[in-house]
Amino acid sequence: MAATHVPTTSPDVHQPPAQAPPGRRRVGVRAPWWFVVPAISIYLFIVVVPSANGALFSFTDWNGLRPDWSFVGLDNFTAVFTDRTALDALVNTLVLAAAATVVQNVAGLLLALGVNSMVKSRYVLRVIFFAPVVLTPLVAGYVWSFLLSPNGAVNDALRAVGLGALAHDWLGDPDTALYAIVLEIVWQFSGYSMVIYLAGLQAIPAEVLEAATIDGAGAWSKFRRVVLPLLNGAVVINVMLCLIGGLKQFDQVMAMTGGGPGTATETISTAIYKSAFSLGDFPFSIALAVVMTVVIAVLAAVQFRLTQRKSI
Amino acid sequence: MHSRYTWRTLAREVSLILLALVFLVPLVGLLNVSLKPQDSQTGALAFAFPPTLDNYVQAWNQASLGAALANSFLITAVSVLLIIGFASMAAYPLARVTRGWSRFTFYLVIGGLLIPGQLALLPLYATMRDFGLLGSLWSVILINVGQQIPFSVFLYTMFLRELPLDYEEAALLDGCGPLRSFVSVVFPLLRPVTGTVVILNAVGIWNEFFTPLLYLGGSDNTTAPVAIYGFVSQYVSQWPLIFAGLVISVIPILVVYFALQKHIIKGFAGGLKG
Repeated sequence: MAATHVPTTSPDVHQPPAQAPPGRRRVGVRAPWWFVVPAISIYLFIVVVPSANGALFSFTDWNGLRPDWSFVGLDNFTAVFTDRTALDALVNTLVLAAAATVVQNVAGLLLALGVNSMVKSRYVLRVIFFAPVVLTPLVAGYVWSFLLSPNGAVNDALRAVGLGALAHDWLGDPDTALYAIVLEIVWQFSGYSMVIYLAGLQAIPAEVLEAATIDGAGAWSKFRRVVLPLLNGAVVINVMLCLIGGLKQFDQVMAMTGGGPGTATETISTAIYKSAFSLGDFPFSIALAVVMTVVIAVLAAVQFRLTQRKSI
Repeated sequence: MHSRYTWRTLAREVSLILLALVFLVPLVGLLNVSLKPQDSQTGALAFAFPPTLDNYVQAWNQASLGAALANSFLITAVSVLLIIGFASMAAYPLARVTRGWSRFTFYLVIGGLLIPGQLALLPLYATMRDFGLLGSLWSVILINVGQQIPFSVFLYTMFLRELPLDYEEAALLDGCGPLRSFVSVVFPLLRPVTGTVVILNAVGIWNEFFTPLLYLGGSDNTTAPVAIYGFVSQYVSQWPLIFAGLVISVIPILVVYFALQKHIIKGFAGGLKG
């Protein structure tokens, strides 16, 4: 995912802005309203107005070239939901986002626990585990497509340890291609989850853990009952980031498979791109973008509800 | 956290180091293959011996990476500067003014965190075309700034709300107008969060592929990832040559990372804690 570029959200977003503590003087400080004008103008121009237009045009036959268009009701959405490729892309995107979110979070949490301990190499390890995050996703995708090729390092390693029977063309096989991309995403972005979990772990007061130890809690129950609940905020942010990033996945797919073989790794983003700029089918493409927005909004809301309820 | 170094810690250390080596394999493979002769058939992990720099020379010439890197640099620098200026200014009244319009504007802006760029894609593309900005670096810069405003404004606003008013009041007593007091008093106090905003945006914008592919693809202006994309499709499966190109395109960002890694990791963590 272009995770480094994905704007995130945090629980704070949904709470009313913090009020000034009572007694704080507001006298004298003037923050003029026109300070927001440059930011808001460009935000309206680049995000709000085109997004609103996108939503509107999904109900029309606008083809992007002609200025004239007319309403066609739900025709574009009917086209999307009866199109084999679009449906495959929708399913692939959900599978990819779910798999990447689960694996990346487990991996990120384990890495964070590891590098938050007393191991002597912890600072170097943090740098290494985080390095793939800054690597251009497209470039990382190419490197992995080489490693996963029939004579690539992954198959070499399998043969070397006597698992040669498992060796095959990971990206050329429709059954494994999507999961091979998930593997790449997990490799690239586990360090990102690690850093957020690390920040969460370091915010846990040492006294709380000491108290649990004194009460006779073992390592597992301390983790389960003390650490994990206190990490709730980090979990919310991490899951949200992975999910949104996974649902928008474009770069690595373009680098590793281009959506193939067949439609095995087509995602909503690659399908939108192709239908708009290769096939010139703007109405179809824009309806698919609306579907994507709805999926993201629904999953974000569900995820937020679930994680909120779990917190104490 | 345990304070003693026990055999458990040792076991943990050994397994983490092994894992780190596995993590490094793709990066080492990238570098290694780029140093092999072009007709080499050996695997990613067979060491390049003797190493050759021929691929680098050829990739540099054939992928026009010089111009692409310059464009990437220009786009990243201008975008980040504009984001810092606009977002910090906007956050000031959003954090300080308690009236209705301020709250409304704040929600309007952070609502953008959930809207995928794909929704705006086609109308925005048509607008840029009508303005004659296709193929111009300005299209990509404007889009970067617009898309990153929500997250950056959010970070600045959260930070400002924790910042005491005393300095601004002192500035006012000394006769500073609002703009002057913002530029010379408030903005310098925002340094920690500005660092985070710079890092998050610079990495994201440097690596961004989709927007430049769309707006600059096929033009003379191109960025490093787009140049690499074209280069790879042209030299399919000439891996040593391709990998040399890949290395060149990621050197700037990796150099920055290893030079600033301490701050970067902190900045990411701090920025995302909100």
